[in-house]
Amino acid sequence: MRPFAYAAPGSVDDAVAVLRDAVPGTKILAGGTTLYDLMKLGVEAPPAVVDVLRLPELAGITVTDSELVFGAGVRMADVSDHPVVRADYPALAESIWRAASQQLRNMATLGGNLLQRTRCGYFRGTDFACNKRNPGSGCAAIEGHDRHHALLGASSLCSATYAGDFAIALRAFDAVVDVVGPRGERPIALADLHVEPGEDPSREHVLDVDELIVRIRVPLTPAGRGSTYLKIRDRESYAFALASAAVGLVIDGQGVVTESRIALGGVATRPWRAVEAEQSLLGQPLTAESARRAGEIAFADARPGRTNRFRIELGIRTVADAVRTAGERAVR
Amino acid sequence: MSTNDLPATTVEVTCTINGDPVRLTLDPRESLLDVLRERLALTGTKKGCDQGHCGACTVHLGGRRVVSCLTPAVQAAGQDIHTIESVAGPDGGLHPLQQAFVDNDALQCGYCTPGQIMSGLACIAEGHMADDDQIREYLSGNVCRCGAYCGIVAAVRQVAGMTQEG
Repeated sequence: MRPFAYAAPGSVDDAVAVLRDAVPGTKILAGGTTLYDLMKLGVEAPPAVVDVLRLPELAGITVTDSELVFGAGVRMADVSDHPVVRADYPALAESIWRAASQQLRNMATLGGNLLQRTRCGYFRGTDFACNKRNPGSGCAAIEGHDRHHALLGASSLCSATYAGDFAIALRAFDAVVDVVGPRGERPIALADLHVEPGEDPSREHVLDVDELIVRIRVPLTPAGRGSTYLKIRDRESYAFALASAAVGLVIDGQGVVTESRIALGGVATRPWRAVEAEQSLLGQPLTAESARRAGEIAFADARPGRTNRFRIELGIRTVADAVRTAGERAVR
Repeated sequence: MSTNDLPATTVEVTCTINGDPVRLTLDPRESLLDVLRERLALTGTKKGCDQGHCGACTVHLGGRRVVSCLTPAVQAAGQDIHTIESVAGPDGGLHPLQQAFVDNDALQCGYCTPGQIMSGLACIAEGHMADDDQIREYLSGNVCRCGAYCGIVAAVRQVAGMTQEG
């Protein structure tokens, strides 16, 4: 591992000041479960890191009249066990409960988790061409093992899948991320936080290098109670998604769907909202057929590679099952 | 100058390990796992994958179970750390969970066992032992290549006070 300078500022203001004056390539360190791992692999080699793990301003989960507010430094394990989150936003709790292991959830922070980097083996293995790790070097996945690669949002340069789960549920609920930098604080809709690889796969999000996520806000909606996060994996626990879906529904007294939220994980290059699939459910009763149709619409634009075509049908069924579960919770 | 010639900064850290105050001068590259094993001779904590997959290196940091391989040792500053060496009684008597591993054949080669024990203790302390499914879910971060999973779940269930599958 390349030697690096280490700073652990005591406040957000100090962290912003350190980041403002930092040498190019400086990285923010939180729980370390992605960054330190990639530094060990030689994929990341920052000359300096700024440790924000224990900043007191980044702690805490609060519930206001209009929002759920998560400090960016909250550990993932504290969300999956939070009673209000579990009761009112099961999709949020489940997305974290189905992510990683309890050890990693105890370490990883929410802010860091949003910016978790892809698990593409060619990105993580420095012997391979990778436009994300080494821009212009090519993409070994195109002719290689693409079983886990993205069906949606890929470009000719990169089809690496966004690996996180929490951001998928946040995407469904129109969450907002507050970031702070030398020019002060600004909100970023979660929908705008991540970017598709396009012509520059090395760019994964819109944060400036000196900006820090301080909190995540989730608007309150009755679709929270009627929600679920379904994650399909190669094994029952502790694996990355082959396909996942966060679904939130509101169903009125006549059994008609009046609010619909669907986001997809494990199948796209960024957290993916399936707007047309959502709209297909509105204004009518929920049935097995309409749930299936929503899944088909969600994957209508899917573009498989060499060995991942099976994940289209898997994804369709994942959406359909999640829609049915959310529907059961919505009428409870 | 190549990147490997850059000067490493060092960081002074104090923490408590198994109840003893410890003062360390750390290279920030060092993992907590390597510091425990290579500098403090606490070799009960095992290095398996060194990538956060296997759980063999599980310790308790600030009262929570973590994988020490992915914990930069500098992040242990000011924290209480407990390793497998702290689990048995001062007279060497086995902790009930250690005894339960023996009673339930919860190991073969034993390499994963320190991590399994530290994870199992935390699983019980967290209250994540309502039934076998929950125990399995909350121990899924600890891999056993010998496949002693049934015994491991039985041992945790035994200590969690359950007598039969929930």
